[in-house]
Amino acid sequence: MKILKTYLAPILIALIFIALTVVWPDAAVRSAQVTWDYFKEMALIMPAIFVLMGLMEIWIPKDKIQQWLGKQSGFRGAALAFVMGTLPTGPLYVAFPMAASLIRKGASITNMILFLGSWAALKIPQLMVEIKFLGLPFTALRFVLTLTALLIIGLVMDKILHKSPDLEWQKSAPDPARMPGIGMGMGMKAGVKPGMKPDMKPGMSTTDQKEKQSDNQT
Amino acid sequence: MATVLTIYGLLGLGLIASLVKSREKTAAAFKIAGKALMKTAPSLLTVLGIVGLTLGLLTPDTISRLVGAEAGWVATLTAAVIGAITLIPSIVAFPLAGSLLRAGATVMTISAFVTTLVMVGVVTAPMEIKTLGKKFTLLRNGLGFLAALLIAGIMGVLLK
Repeated sequence: MKILKTYLAPILIALIFIALTVVWPDAAVRSAQVTWDYFKEMALIMPAIFVLMGLMEIWIPKDKIQQWLGKQSGFRGAALAFVMGTLPTGPLYVAFPMAASLIRKGASITNMILFLGSWAALKIPQLMVEIKFLGLPFTALRFVLTLTALLIIGLVMDKILHKSPDLEWQKSAPDPARMPGIGMGMGMKAGVKPGMKPDMKPGMSTTDQKEKQSDNQT
Repeated sequence: MATVLTIYGLLGLGLIASLVKSREKTAAAFKIAGKALMKTAPSLLTVLGIVGLTLGLLTPDTISRLVGAEAGWVATLTAAVIGAITLIPSIVAFPLAGSLLRAGATVMTISAFVTTLVMVGVVTAPMEIKTLGKKFTLLRNGLGFLAALLIAGIMGVLLK
């Protein structure tokens, strides 16, 4: 039953495919071809992305992510998020789990909107194709306007999600939830040992820890 | 191809560094990866299915007919909605947009299509909700859609 529930949506889609084969075979064949092509691409990319995420989860300490991409990271954080997004790294849904993991590690919402937005809208290879078919003025203007819009959306969403956080999402944390103040009790799954918590190093003095904690609050 | 090379290049470097430092922690990373992958698999399959269905039903021909040479708000709005729903690879989308532009569609319509195409993802929403939450997904896509309409309006005026 549990499996049925988890896979309800994919099963429904399979049924639609079957129905489509009966009423409109041409479209069904086209659709199946597209899905198969994307499936091959995903089967190649997705496992690697998740292992990268796992490595990041284990090795990159939370305070570093907070420092590089957190609220206080300022212009440099925004620039880093933007550059990470423009690298040639596949379709947007590859970036969702990465952004989620970074947010849990303390990256700011603004920077993650910038990251996802430039990933989707301002990728370098994509801009090349755009210039070729729609011209430089079109591409340049869209680039500037999109970047501005992303910044505004990021700032607005940061305000909104700070005022009324998505509690349901925070509870459903798939990996050790390490957001300050929430989910601490359930964060010890997935093979992460307590000693690996980056912001509680054994050699750290109490004043250091206090400073760390006050950092977390900001 | 560049995609695969970039990702596997990064993965290779990361794995070597990780293995040199600690085999146990590397194993832990794989464990986390496996769990996360299992959790996202259903929504990933859903997204792949919907992408296929939308592209199979909304062919470039159909899109041309819907947003073709007709000027005006209806065409722009239709283009924005189609762009928001579909997930077309840029190598297909930009030539299509270019040919629509030459066929007489307005700059506003084409920029609405291109901007919602890249900023709003209805078909990828199941996966975005699964990983980033409902609220985040609704806000990002909702605000992205509004921004795309604004951008289209500005571009339509400036690039006449």
